[in-house]
Amino acid sequence: MDGDTNAIARHSISLYVANKPGVLIRVALVFSRRGFNIDSLVVSETQDPRFSRMNIVARGGRETLEQILKQLNKLVDVIHARDYSYEDVIQKELALIKIDCLPERRHEAFQVMEAFKAKTIDLAEGTLAAEVTGSSEKLDAFESLLRPFGIREMVRSGKLLMARGNETT
Amino acid sequence: MGDTRLNGAEALVEIMIEEGVEYVFGLPGGSAIPIYDALVGRNVKLVLTRHEQGAVHMADGYARATGRVGVALVTSGPGATNTVTGLFTALMDSVPLVVVCGQMPSWTLGLDAFQEADVSGITYPCVKHSYLVKDVEDIPRVMREAFYLARSGRPGPVLIDMPKDISGARLSDMGKVDFHLPGYSVPLEGDSSSIAEAARLIKAARRPVLLVGHGAAIAGASIEVRELVERMRMPAVSTLLGKGLLPESHELSLGMLGMHGTAYANKAMVACDLVMSVGSRWDDRIVGSYSDFCKGAVKIHIDIDPAEIDKVVKVDVGIVGDAKAVLAQLLPLLEPGDTEDWVKQVARWRRDYPLSYRKEGKVRAQHVIEELRALAGGEAVFTTDVGQHQMWAAQFVGSEESRNWISSGGAGTMGFGLPAAIGAQLGRPGARVVAIVGDGGFQMTLSELATMRNLKLPVKIVVINNHYLGMVRQWQSMFYDERYSGVDLEGNPDFARLAEAYGVKGYRITRPADVRRVLKAALEHDGPVLVDAEVEKHDNVFPMIPAGASLKDMLLEPPKRKLEKPTGGT
Repeated sequence: MDGDTNAIARHSISLYVANKPGVLIRVALVFSRRGFNIDSLVVSETQDPRFSRMNIVARGGRETLEQILKQLNKLVDVIHARDYSYEDVIQKELALIKIDCLPERRHEAFQVMEAFKAKTIDLAEGTLAAEVTGSSEKLDAFESLLRPFGIREMVRSGKLLMARGNETT
Repeated sequence: MGDTRLNGAEALVEIMIEEGVEYVFGLPGGSAIPIYDALVGRNVKLVLTRHEQGAVHMADGYARATGRVGVALVTSGPGATNTVTGLFTALMDSVPLVVVCGQMPSWTLGLDAFQEADVSGITYPCVKHSYLVKDVEDIPRVMREAFYLARSGRPGPVLIDMPKDISGARLSDMGKVDFHLPGYSVPLEGDSSSIAEAARLIKAARRPVLLVGHGAAIAGASIEVRELVERMRMPAVSTLLGKGLLPESHELSLGMLGMHGTAYANKAMVACDLVMSVGSRWDDRIVGSYSDFCKGAVKIHIDIDPAEIDKVVKVDVGIVGDAKAVLAQLLPLLEPGDTEDWVKQVARWRRDYPLSYRKEGKVRAQHVIEELRALAGGEAVFTTDVGQHQMWAAQFVGSEESRNWISSGGAGTMGFGLPAAIGAQLGRPGARVVAIVGDGGFQMTLSELATMRNLKLPVKIVVINNHYLGMVRQWQSMFYDERYSGVDLEGNPDFARLAEAYGVKGYRITRPADVRRVLKAALEHDGPVLVDAEVEKHDNVFPMIPAGASLKDMLLEPPKRKLEKPTGGT
């Protein structure tokens, strides 16, 4: 009905889940059933070995996402699922990008990397691999500036997020 | 000297006994042998079914008829995959089940061993929760959690996949292991400010309607619903599965609403200024067009499942809680409003648009069902299959008690009626249990006639036999220019003789004059019975709201003009 209430956007979701086999599939099924594509997914240990943290970035309608969050929270193994897209939280991502880089263009590449506080992690004849961390938007910008060199390979960790101060995620 | 510690299978049966399980429905296979072995001589009765789908539907019928958890036990591979329809049926209708599947030894999982299937993976979308047990010491906790999860909150099926090496291993301790369910909580009372807001809106309403769903029945809210309806003079409609929670003979009950609901229920929905759903999920069968549904009316939704609030119908007030608890909170806040004109209007609709059918010519399905209800009485338990006969039964089997009406609603599972009746009869041995089935659905699970006969259950099966997959034929007749495709059940057996072959007394109805006499004889027969009622082949179910259409576009009789294909689902 009202197009705006279900406008497509990118959402950053954090889940705190029981550390058990099958949890990932149960979570993924909720997204896939509603036709949400998952852009990135990070599963990691937490301070408590009984639980895991999942950070998911997915694109879809806002209203549909609210429904998805309710359905995620309904899963027995999900302690809680929250959308942090509209909140000020700590957000970080790491990317490794390998570019074509002949020796004569290295200086140019280092300039870009310096502006983004990226590190050289591998240097070979004709290639250079950089490591960069920061917000996903910063990584997007870095990637676009390296694109003219020719990107051989790229891998990104997916977004990690954490609430600020005394808040718990 | 043998090891006296229990093995996993014995521990599993111990917990079943602790949980008060009377019956286990199932069919064994290699991976389930240890568990079947552990049942020998124990105080849990095993019902050997002829197919695993039948086992799960029996557990389902037992659960719906008694309010207790139904239990099924099957083997790995095809045994487990055959339960999928039963699990889905129970999930859609919030029925508490524990289904235990034997599994190949854990070291073979994922290696394509004989009868080894990824049962967890296959069933994730069809269960409330599931377990793959990897350590015998987990069995007591997993079993207790499974029963708790199945019955609490919004009930549903819980599956336990039990590898054979685990069920055969010895465990050290049966002790009271604590649950570990930190992500699971059961709402009880609703938010008091939302309830106060609901009370204010109800009081202000002049044309309120109460929509009673299965959730109200699961919560056992019949007294609260009745008090609400009577105190507020608020007419009530029910979903297919809410039937009977408010006795349908009650002057303020308008029966079932929706696609094949009563005209007066649907007219009330179109004209109301407030609708309050208690435990219904605004299914597309009752809503029709989401954008037109109860347009302009205030909508209040009480549901134990937060994911149902605003899922398909946006509401003004959503209250998460147990239906009985929330109504108990709401009732003291209510003072009768002024609804007398509305109650009179609804009564006029009821008088002017009664359910009806043509009585001339061949035997009419509605005639058989109406007579059956009259002869069987208000205490009888009715189960149904899915299709035209189900809708006619919903219309003509007035229900006085929600546990006496058992039908597959959300899933619409053909083949449900007979096994559900077997489960219901076991759970309620003193009750008269009648299965109204269609000739199509019945043939999907009729092998359970043997189960019924073995147990000498006095279930009365009435086959509404029109030699068609009638509901599909109805759609093809109304919306597809009578291009009948795949609906003619040519080659039906003689069901009465088939029943006799199973040792079940068979009767036939072929003329209207037979109806009362044969049904009477069948009901009086002291044992399992099948009545083959040969009914008019081309009757369609009315009223009808084409899928996705507005409730105001209800058809009361066969349309004269050609209809557009429906915009909604099936």
